[in-house]
Amino acid sequence: MGHPSTYEPSTGVERWLDSRLPVPRMMHDQFMVFPTPRNLNYWWTFGGILTFMLAIQIVTGIVLAMHYQPTVDGAFDSVEKIMRDVNWGWLLRYAHAIGASMFFVAVYIHTFRGLYYGSYKAPREVLWILGVIILFLMIATAFMGYSLVWGQMSFWAVTVITNLFSSLDAVIPGLGTTLVQWIWGGFAVGEPTLNRLFALHYLFPFVIAGVVILHIWALHIPGSNNPTGVEVKSAKDTIPFHPYYTIKDGYALVLFCILFGALLFYAPNFLGHPDNYIPANPLQTPPHIVPEWYFLPFYAILRAIPSKLFGVIALIASIGILVFVPWLDTSRIRSVSYRPIFKWFFWLFVICCIALGYLGSQAPDGWYLFFGRLCTAYYFGFFLLIMPIVGFIEGPKKLPGSITQSVLGSKAPPGGSQQHAGGAQ
Amino acid sequence: MANPDISTDPSLVPDDDPSRRDVILIGAGAFAAIGGAAMLWPLLDQMNPDASTLSLSSIDVDLAPIEEGQAITVMWRGKPIFIRHRTAKEVDEAKDVKVDVLIDKLARNANLPDDAPATDGNRAAPEQAPWLVMIGICTHLGCIPKGQAVGDYKGEYGGWFCPCHGSQYDTAGRVRIGPAPENMYIPPYAFTSDTKIKIG
Repeated sequence: MGHPSTYEPSTGVERWLDSRLPVPRMMHDQFMVFPTPRNLNYWWTFGGILTFMLAIQIVTGIVLAMHYQPTVDGAFDSVEKIMRDVNWGWLLRYAHAIGASMFFVAVYIHTFRGLYYGSYKAPREVLWILGVIILFLMIATAFMGYSLVWGQMSFWAVTVITNLFSSLDAVIPGLGTTLVQWIWGGFAVGEPTLNRLFALHYLFPFVIAGVVILHIWALHIPGSNNPTGVEVKSAKDTIPFHPYYTIKDGYALVLFCILFGALLFYAPNFLGHPDNYIPANPLQTPPHIVPEWYFLPFYAILRAIPSKLFGVIALIASIGILVFVPWLDTSRIRSVSYRPIFKWFFWLFVICCIALGYLGSQAPDGWYLFFGRLCTAYYFGFFLLIMPIVGFIEGPKKLPGSITQSVLGSKAPPGGSQQHAGGAQ
Repeated sequence: MANPDISTDPSLVPDDDPSRRDVILIGAGAFAAIGGAAMLWPLLDQMNPDASTLSLSSIDVDLAPIEEGQAITVMWRGKPIFIRHRTAKEVDEAKDVKVDVLIDKLARNANLPDDAPATDGNRAAPEQAPWLVMIGICTHLGCIPKGQAVGDYKGEYGGWFCPCHGSQYDTAGRVRIGPAPENMYIPPYAFTSDTKIKIG
């Protein structure tokens, strides 16, 4: 993948394995010597952080499942039993819950990094689409995991979100109701629903892991994008992944884990909603239903649309539209750093997403609703109008001749492999 | 494989009857596809409500203890059923509403034809106008509206108010302010005596 193999088995065992299942060769070529642009900044470390978080979630999740009971009567109590009775249960459960939040912090930064530096542009469209699929799977997994606690917020989140599908009754009468009852396995959210959510919550992380492997594979065909968006032109533009980026990713991971640890040990419930410590009650809706923070922007979009069916369509489209970004962006320049007009629209988009997050936590009326609609309009306008139009009219800044030149300034000759033999040393 | 031996490798023998092989290939493929599709249905249908869920289909409720102006909530098929003993004023308010002004003009009453209009007569219990029996689930996204308890805010129309997204219902359970698209549903029920009903 990507570059000729430089692996040379040094022991008999390695030689034996190399002609049967060359895993050491793959690890060496793809994760040790893999040529990586020399100018990656810290925004590029979130891929490694995400891999770490997926592992944390799977490991803590498997041990939590050993103590959890997916029954209407047992679920909430078994979670409290984990918190109080199970050895280290409090740590494992808080790590899993805060871990979900940290996972989303990382994935949102990772996604915005891709948007900013044009990492979705050719030849990385499939890589990007696989990322959108991972994001979608993560959202589904987090939603199902939150439901398992079976507190008031869990129960009503499941009720509200599964009821979204009943909007299909507006298309074909009865279709939505039939579909919702199929999802529930009953006439309301109940034990069959909880059981299947648990089964799927256990399955999905492994599906994510599978798509992550495809995502990394797709990354290793063209190699990493970089902050200039200029393709690698010579071997001098790259450095081996190990030790340069293993150490950089490792350092970023340590900083990330300090934040993770600070929340985990000092404010484990800071990001949660207190109502989820009330056991689920199907006869009483909490006065104010809000999802976890990482879903708030999407919730604001759902509520900004007055029609039930179109609200649901907007909700799904808000993530689905990312799939089409490689073709909606008409600019031939990858990195927003070299796009003087689009830069402003990009940062406005970031502000808009954060504003949607705040608005999603507020009751949808008055000015909150007005700004919710305004931000929703901008959210879709950014992709459907600004991306295609600005790409056409914008005159980009001058790109550096090569990655090396962007790093070393005028000391380095402009890119091209002819300089490689002489070397700048 | 430089010199394959035609005499021992059947795949290399020239095929003198292609139609016969095609029949076997298409036939086998078709049976495999039909078999796979037939197995798909049990895999999907297992998620539908099971026999034990369906068997919990009816409950009996005694209305005698419910005074005028009071409301109770009972569970039927895991759903809350609102039973309200409406005051004369509430009944009159509901009757005075023209169907034309309603968001949802259909009665949504399982005991009546699907196209019955949403008059109060079609919403309230037959022959017993003070009684309103309905599934207490907001038709927007499934929250339980407020308005059953005495102190609850009941919205501008004196019926029910959904705290989730602000839908409001009148004293006949008809949606008057969105985003809910439909009136709250009336379950199948019947009076088994003057003061008893059977739901389901």
